[in-house]
Amino acid sequence: MGALNLLVAVCLGYVAMLFLVAFMAERAAARGRGGWLRSPVVYTLSLSIYCTAWTFYGAVGYAARSGLEYLTIYIGPTLVMLGWWWGLRKLVRIGRTQRITSIADLISSRYGKSNSLAVFVTIVAVIGTTPYIALQLQSVTSSFSSFALYDPSVRQIGDSDATALWVAAGLALFTVLFGTRNLDANERHHGVVMAIAVEAVVKLFALVAVGVFVVWGVGGGVSETLARIDASDIGQWQMHNGRWAALIFLSAAAFLTLPRMFQVLVVENDDENHLRTASWAFPTYLMLMSLFVVPIAVTGLELMPKGSNPDQFVLTVPLSQGRDGLAMLSFLGGFSSATSMVIVAAIALSTMVSNHIVMPIWLTLTGGGAMISGDVRHVVLLARRMSIAGVLALGYLYYRFSGGGAALASIGLISFAGVAQFLPPLMGGIFWRGATRLGALAGLVVGFVIWVYSLLLPSFGPSLFMSAEILAHGPLGIGWLRPQALFGIGGMNPLVHTVMWSLLLNSVVFVVVSLATFPKPMERLQGAQFVNVFQHSGNPQGWSGGIAQSEDLMVMAQRILGAVEAQSFFQREAATQGLAGYLPEPSPEFLQRLERELSGSVGAATAHAMVGQIMGRATVSVEDLLAVADETAQMMEYSSQLEAKSAELTRTARQLRAANEKLTQLSVQKDAFLSQISHELRTPMTSIRSFSEILRDADGLSEAELDKYAGIIHSEAIRLTRLLDDLLDLSVLENGQVSLNMQHGNLSEVIEHAVNATGVQTAGLRMVRVRALENIPIFTDLDRLAQVFINLIANAQKYCDAEHPNLAIRVTRRDGYLLVDFVDNGSGIPSDSQALIFEKFSRISDQKKAGGAGLGLAICREIMARLDGAISYLPGQGGAAFRVSLPMKAAKAAE
Amino acid sequence: MGKHVLVIEDEPNIIEAISFILSRDGWRVDTHSNGHDAVSVVNAKSPDLVILDVMLPGRSGYDILSDLREADRTRELPVLMLTARGQSKDREMAQKIGASRFMTKPFSNAEVLEVVRQLVP
Repeated sequence: MGALNLLVAVCLGYVAMLFLVAFMAERAAARGRGGWLRSPVVYTLSLSIYCTAWTFYGAVGYAARSGLEYLTIYIGPTLVMLGWWWGLRKLVRIGRTQRITSIADLISSRYGKSNSLAVFVTIVAVIGTTPYIALQLQSVTSSFSSFALYDPSVRQIGDSDATALWVAAGLALFTVLFGTRNLDANERHHGVVMAIAVEAVVKLFALVAVGVFVVWGVGGGVSETLARIDASDIGQWQMHNGRWAALIFLSAAAFLTLPRMFQVLVVENDDENHLRTASWAFPTYLMLMSLFVVPIAVTGLELMPKGSNPDQFVLTVPLSQGRDGLAMLSFLGGFSSATSMVIVAAIALSTMVSNHIVMPIWLTLTGGGAMISGDVRHVVLLARRMSIAGVLALGYLYYRFSGGGAALASIGLISFAGVAQFLPPLMGGIFWRGATRLGALAGLVVGFVIWVYSLLLPSFGPSLFMSAEILAHGPLGIGWLRPQALFGIGGMNPLVHTVMWSLLLNSVVFVVVSLATFPKPMERLQGAQFVNVFQHSGNPQGWSGGIAQSEDLMVMAQRILGAVEAQSFFQREAATQGLAGYLPEPSPEFLQRLERELSGSVGAATAHAMVGQIMGRATVSVEDLLAVADETAQMMEYSSQLEAKSAELTRTARQLRAANEKLTQLSVQKDAFLSQISHELRTPMTSIRSFSEILRDADGLSEAELDKYAGIIHSEAIRLTRLLDDLLDLSVLENGQVSLNMQHGNLSEVIEHAVNATGVQTAGLRMVRVRALENIPIFTDLDRLAQVFINLIANAQKYCDAEHPNLAIRVTRRDGYLLVDFVDNGSGIPSDSQALIFEKFSRISDQKKAGGAGLGLAICREIMARLDGAISYLPGQGGAAFRVSLPMKAAKAAE
Repeated sequence: MGKHVLVIEDEPNIIEAISFILSRDGWRVDTHSNGHDAVSVVNAKSPDLVILDVMLPGRSGYDILSDLREADRTRELPVLMLTARGQSKDREMAQKIGASRFMTKPFSNAEVLEVVRQLVP
């Protein structure tokens, strides 16, 4: 059995051990005994997935090639942890309060839960991480090869592509088993975190062990080793300020934006206080990891034959010294580095892919109906597993196409530059409320395109995507588009060139577009939540119990829907859940219905945000509430405008209907009036015509007959004239064309005039008056008032059926009116006719006696209306009684 | 004895005129000036012809005519209706109810005579 077979066996055993650790950690967590799982130490160790196979193997190679530059990769994260842990705390707090599952989720959530942004970030993350995974495959594959070189039983090294494929498949299986055994709501994987913490210890121990062996076992002590370092090129501080700054910045950015780092830093974080410990403990870990890099590199360069791969010195130096056990440990360290990175990266990416790409598509395809049923969990798990396999497949393909020969560090830096594109939207998102979705998206697109064009595609070598022709002269000979000398600025290191242009333009576009666009309410709300996370989440754990939430929901719903509707809705929901009262459990179904109910009033986005605010247990700032209230107020204003319009329409319709009815009525009245006039005119004319024909045609009429018939003709002609006069008078009065002749006078004079004009004194109607009361000065149209009185006296004269008819005229003052009552001692007017007497042609008794056309009282009514007074029938006075009222001012004005 | 006509009309001067014309033509003229008991007066007097005004105090001429047309005795009784309103719908109404003839006021005396002679030859 050769060493290679032993290697495979050790690997499998190691993986089995890790699996056991993860399994037990998860069991402990499930039983609630996982307190020790959530220690700052475990958190710090889990952060060590920053140190991948690149760091384990590649740092030595990097040092062997570029001297101390490898340190930049450690300095960046160290600076972040030491100098910016408060910023990290903010990130972690946001992740906890917003229940963030990945960096794509964070960015999309910040910018109004935009799925397009989430999809794009996911794609960038997958593409950006692919070289990195390839790097792990390459390092594991190389380490197998290195072992094989020293294994006498292996004549020929197996196909390294096949090895890489086996490694990729193995890691995929491993990750699926680890990362998707169950579906945790908050995407925390206690087992995985525990396993990578163990791996962190293994890789540090392995590297330190190799370092100790190199310094003391090979080099003969510290001082000798230092002397040897001083003698070598590596010891020279060849600092290229620009490049160093760029690399430190890049590694710091990548530390925050790498999907796997975000996973352990934010998503898997149990307690933000762990950051305090990690802020010094993780830099210490990094320092230990970097401590022996230079000694190993220097020793390797001395011991190993020229041309051997410095990336493998950690492995090959012990092997060359016959220290198989140490080499095995070293191999396990490298293997740990690679596997922990791949596992976490694959978990992080698969979460993003399944949450933001697969599930939305699946839900669209299935119409969302399956949301209710239970099989959605299987779909999610399947999506995760497929995503993990896909991510590793991509890594393998990159490994194949990039040739597998590149230095580990350069591959890693390509990844760093790719994911660093998340930095502007991430930082802008948590510190700048003005950042908008479109700004983030535009900046990301620009940065991503530059990265792909100037760094990723050229990394495949000149044969695959970017020909040497394009690299040298630009596409289609356009010089300023040369991938590694954009805008004509050449001479830079390709990596620095890409980092500078992509992040600069990304940031500029992000800021400019953000300033130029207006955030949607959801973005404003989320922006405030993110930027002011510390004000908003003062007590992130103090909430419990569903009823309290329901009560909050009810308070909110009442404000929006109105108390009655909200209460009946809540009661209905509670009844559906089999509960009495008004507070249902805040089940997803209930929340969904509530949101739908609310969105009818405030719009879907706001409703979603408001329910989310309450269920997410974060409060909203006054400003945000104002913004939401603005939106609501606008809607309410709009709806009240609509309501007003509708009310106006209703009113107009009513007015039109009324006008139409009135017109119809008027038309009927006009017909009736014309018909009446016709009758009133034709009747006297009939007599006139008939008798004039008799006078003309009949022979032998007596003198008496001639006189009589001529008299009839005469009186009927007078009747006609009077009728026409009345009609004219009424028409003038009704049209308001009458000009009043206002004069000062005395009421008694007007009555006196009226009595004299009718000649009643001589005709047997006795007048009953109290002249002292009549002595009231008035200011009115005296002639018109007299006309009214004459009419009333004449009516009494005509219609009073008493044996000894008399007419009493009583004058009183009441309520600012001067009242003149005309009451006779006849039988009066039947009550059913009283309402009609003021209408035109409303003679109620037989008309021979009346001798008028029935227009008298109608004329009186019109006159009194013109004089600002009134005339009415006064029932219950014994005989016919009319009351004329004049406003006091007409009377007073004369005083 | 001569032909017997009943004039139901409330305007005294018109009654006087019609009475004069028909008396001269040899008719025995009875008059009545009230609407509400007009039907019983017709039945009591049994005239050969009725001249009926439409607008009567108490009851309209149309109501009186329709009563007359419903009773067997007076179904075929010649009735000349007079109206001062003279709109076409009045004429239609009169014909519908069954007036023998319809005349609008003011009428010419000769015309009345001619119509009366036609109705009762």
